Amino acid sequence: MNVHVSTLDEKTRSSLAIESHSETEEYFINMGPQHPSTHGVLRLILKLDGETVREVIPVLGYIHRSIEKISEYSTYRQIVHLTDRMDYLSAIMNNWAVARTVEKAAEIETNERIESIRTIVSELERIHSHQLGWGVLGMDMGAFTPFLYGFRDREMITDILEETIGARLTMNYIQPGGVMFDIHPDFVRKVKEYLAYFKPKLDEYEDLLSGNPILQQRLRNVGIMDAETALSMGATGPVLRASRVPYDLRKIEPYGMYGEVEFRVAIGTAGDCWDRYYVRIEEMRQSMRIIEQLIDNIPEGKFLLKKPAAKLTIPEGRHYSQIETARGVLGFYIVSEGKETPYRAYFRTPNFHNLWSLTAMAPGGRVGDLVAIISSLDLVIPDIDR
Amino acid sequence: MDMLDFFPSSILQAADTSWQTVTIAQRASSAFRDHDLSGTIGYLLLGLLFTAGLLTVLGLVLIYAERKLAGHFQCRLGPMRVGWHGILQSAADGLKLLLKEDIVPENADKLLHLGAPVLSLMATVLTLAILPLSPTLQVVDLNIGVIYVTAVTSLGVLAILIAGWSSNNKWSLLGAMRAGAQIISYELSATLSLLVMVLLSGSLQLSEIIQSQSDGWWIWKSHLVGVIAFVTFLISTTAELNRTPFDLPEGESELTGGFHTEYSGLRFAFFFLAEFVNMFVASALIVTLFFGGWMPFYIGGWDGFNSIMGLIPPGIWFAGKSAFFIFLLMWFRWTFPRLRIDQLMSLEWKILLPVGFINIFLAALIVLFEWHF
Repeated sequence: MNVHVSTLDEKTRSSLAIESHSETEEYFINMGPQHPSTHGVLRLILKLDGETVREVIPVLGYIHRSIEKISEYSTYRQIVHLTDRMDYLSAIMNNWAVARTVEKAAEIETNERIESIRTIVSELERIHSHQLGWGVLGMDMGAFTPFLYGFRDREMITDILEETIGARLTMNYIQPGGVMFDIHPDFVRKVKEYLAYFKPKLDEYEDLLSGNPILQQRLRNVGIMDAETALSMGATGPVLRASRVPYDLRKIEPYGMYGEVEFRVAIGTAGDCWDRYYVRIEEMRQSMRIIEQLIDNIPEGKFLLKKPAAKLTIPEGRHYSQIETARGVLGFYIVSEGKETPYRAYFRTPNFHNLWSLTAMAPGGRVGDLVAIISSLDLVIPDIDR
Repeated sequence: MDMLDFFPSSILQAADTSWQTVTIAQRASSAFRDHDLSGTIGYLLLGLLFTAGLLTVLGLVLIYAERKLAGHFQCRLGPMRVGWHGILQSAADGLKLLLKEDIVPENADKLLHLGAPVLSLMATVLTLAILPLSPTLQVVDLNIGVIYVTAVTSLGVLAILIAGWSSNNKWSLLGAMRAGAQIISYELSATLSLLVMVLLSGSLQLSEIIQSQSDGWWIWKSHLVGVIAFVTFLISTTAELNRTPFDLPEGESELTGGFHTEYSGLRFAFFFLAEFVNMFVASALIVTLFFGGWMPFYIGGWDGFNSIMGLIPPGIWFAGKSAFFIFLLMWFRWTFPRLRIDQLMSLEWKILLPVGFINIFLAALIVLFEWHF
């Protein structure tokens, strides 16, 4: 595939080429690191012509915590506990990325109970992540109320997960060889109750925000990214799927119980902000479908097959494995020397790659469009910097 | 009336009482004419106190109402801690803002930075004086009331522009730019709607406009033109108030706070207060022009019902009607997303303004041929 990625220089020149009849000057403005809609400490340098965005230059590193470097001094079980701080809205799925790589490399077996629990818990977390994304998008568009609706429903999921896991935000649950604790006795009942509660609520979400003509005007045909650009930017997850690429690791290389459940991959048609928004709404529906199929028949068995006391080493060589988090493909790459700690660890995080598609989409739009695009990318900043 | 005789005009109204308006200024001048010095000074002081009191009460009540309503719209309770159900929250917040450090950016234009909030509040307070809250509760009854309101409220945009410029902050300037473009554009539509009502009622004086509705509110009497004028006025006035869905000048999630990014403490409080009082002014204008001001709600022929309605004092009618429109504005704010700047402009220049022009033409025809009830 021959993809032309325009460089910053080219973009600057093309922006200057647009004829302007008034004597205006382009100017730079800092968006962030403290700005309400960069969702954290992301800094964007904007080149503006009045309200029109000519160029966006993301500046990273404000929340770099050396997770990869610390990983080099940590055992594989310890690395799991670093991952919850990357994409805190997919903490359990981040755990899973480490667990999957280690299990694949060290050939650790799991059973169906473990995989079922992992899948259910991950899908619950995917729902709560998209709920937050939905609410925050509403807030960025100027409607504050959806934010609190999203939070109301999200809190119920964190309540359920808290009973089993003990944490509400930085959840650590999946570890190589199983999960850390068995599910709470009330878990199955509560999840079922929640699904019955949330299904009608999702329609309410649509009534409140999706059907609103102002929101549709703000999102439709804004920040259009075609499939080729999306692929060349390395975008994954809902961002890529909205650009009409049906790439979902849960379908393409099924892990966990994804191979045995029925669900559909939501894709967009135009690749605009609206598609990215709606793909997430649809993914919530599909996640509920997955949980419904699994929740009634979690097999009996052990929840942890590898004793935590046992020494965990990985054979010498390079190992990579990836899973689909709420925001895209999270890969974990290990260079091992056959010791208890990796020689080098690298996380391929989805937000880092999704962020750069911003530089392709934002130029030409208004400041308001830029906010819509950032919001539709649903970025979690700590995941960009690690 | 010849064309529309089939529609009995007495259905929607029946006013038997003629209202006599006596403003505080009139009382003062009559006292002056009677060489009653203490009475003159007393009435003048009453006028000042009334305006100041109204300002304070509106500030406290509206901010509390907004927060409480927002809370309930969002499945939470809103302020609950200070006083019974948080009723003293606004007072506590005001006190906090009073005690805060007065921060002025280093490179700001000090004089303009101070002047902007004062101007903003002043523009609002000046309008409060002429609002006819009831036949006797009105400080001055200007014979050019409508023009005065339009003129004075547009000072607010000057305050916003000054605030954005003097803060020496690009975000503030962007907000101010937006505000300038937005408020001046929407002023056109708002004024056109006002003019429709002036045409229909034949007066610029606010109390006269209310009196002209004694046989039915203009929203019922004026066929479609009044309704169109009302809708245009509601939309454009929301835009002038910088409230969602037109809150671009503040645009918290886009511009970090817009024109008041660099304002804190009491200076910010002035802007905040002005915004809320402006909301009341807008609602009061809507009520005055379209919904009969302090006139009670009568239905022609229902004498029992009308006499009960007549028992409610006019001041309460005015407050109740205004409260409804304030509620509507707050409801908008907590439901709608925000428009984009170009969508905002095209809404005004491509839709509202042409509609407004056609509407005023129709209104002129209706008045000329006396087709209204």
